[in-house]
Amino acid sequence: MDIVNIFLLALLLIAAVWTVMRTRLIRAVIGLAVVSVLVAVLVFQMGSPIAAVFELSVCAGLISVIFFTTISFTRRLSYEQAVERRKERLGRFGYLPFVLLILGLLMLKYPLPQPMIMLHDTPVIGESLRVVFWDIRQIDLLGQVAILLAGAIGVIVLFKEIRK
Amino acid sequence: MMVAGMLQWYGIFIVLLFVVGLYCIITTTNLIRLLIGIEILIKAVTLLFALAGWLTGNTALSQVLIITLIVVEVVIMVVAGGLIVNVYRHTKSIESRGIKNLKG
Repeated sequence: MDIVNIFLLALLLIAAVWTVMRTRLIRAVIGLAVVSVLVAVLVFQMGSPIAAVFELSVCAGLISVIFFTTISFTRRLSYEQAVERRKERLGRFGYLPFVLLILGLLMLKYPLPQPMIMLHDTPVIGESLRVVFWDIRQIDLLGQVAILLAGAIGVIVLFKEIRK
Repeated sequence: MMVAGMLQWYGIFIVLLFVVGLYCIITTTNLIRLLIGIEILIKAVTLLFALAGWLTGNTALSQVLIITLIVVEVVIMVVAGGLIVNVYRHTKSIESRGIKNLKG
């Protein structure tokens, strides 16, 4: 299982780098959806299945649709522009794999401090998700409703057609 | 129960994912790519929440926090997407260099 997890983490990092280095935005958004799917699998493996479902449906699905919609409003680059951008991007993003490699090696050599809480002594708080969500974190729910309303009003204002 | 070695791997990859997002935000001038960078940063934070829940055995709380984070993330993306569309309508570009004033 450990090997599988490390493989998934490596795949996640590769997908993230691929997403960042793509010239075409559509491909970058597809890469981002792949990143979301891999995050959902890892979150599921860490014992959070409901969060994984949210991650998969909302982040890999809805947010990709939002990105595609936004991109569809803009103009596509011509072939010459894309080639020019690719060269320009290579200059800026070409260092990224090396930065990651050096940082990864440094972190392997000098490990991060272990958490203060010892894993075996940790008291497991037994509340179910339902109790935490509806009883303990009610203020969070109110905040979520307020944020969603603010978002809806923001969308109405932003996408309003200007009357002349 | 998670062994310390595995925790180390998770820590390294989460930090590297965060660096990828940060690098994207710092180096790009494209507004949509800026949003993609923010998304990658949020993915790293989501993984960190899930890891914290797994370590402490309190997955219920971590799941609630992740769900809240996802809701906030969606609203940020929708509103930022609308802003980018409006910027494109005014400047015919999605480059941040083109935004030089706040005139409507």
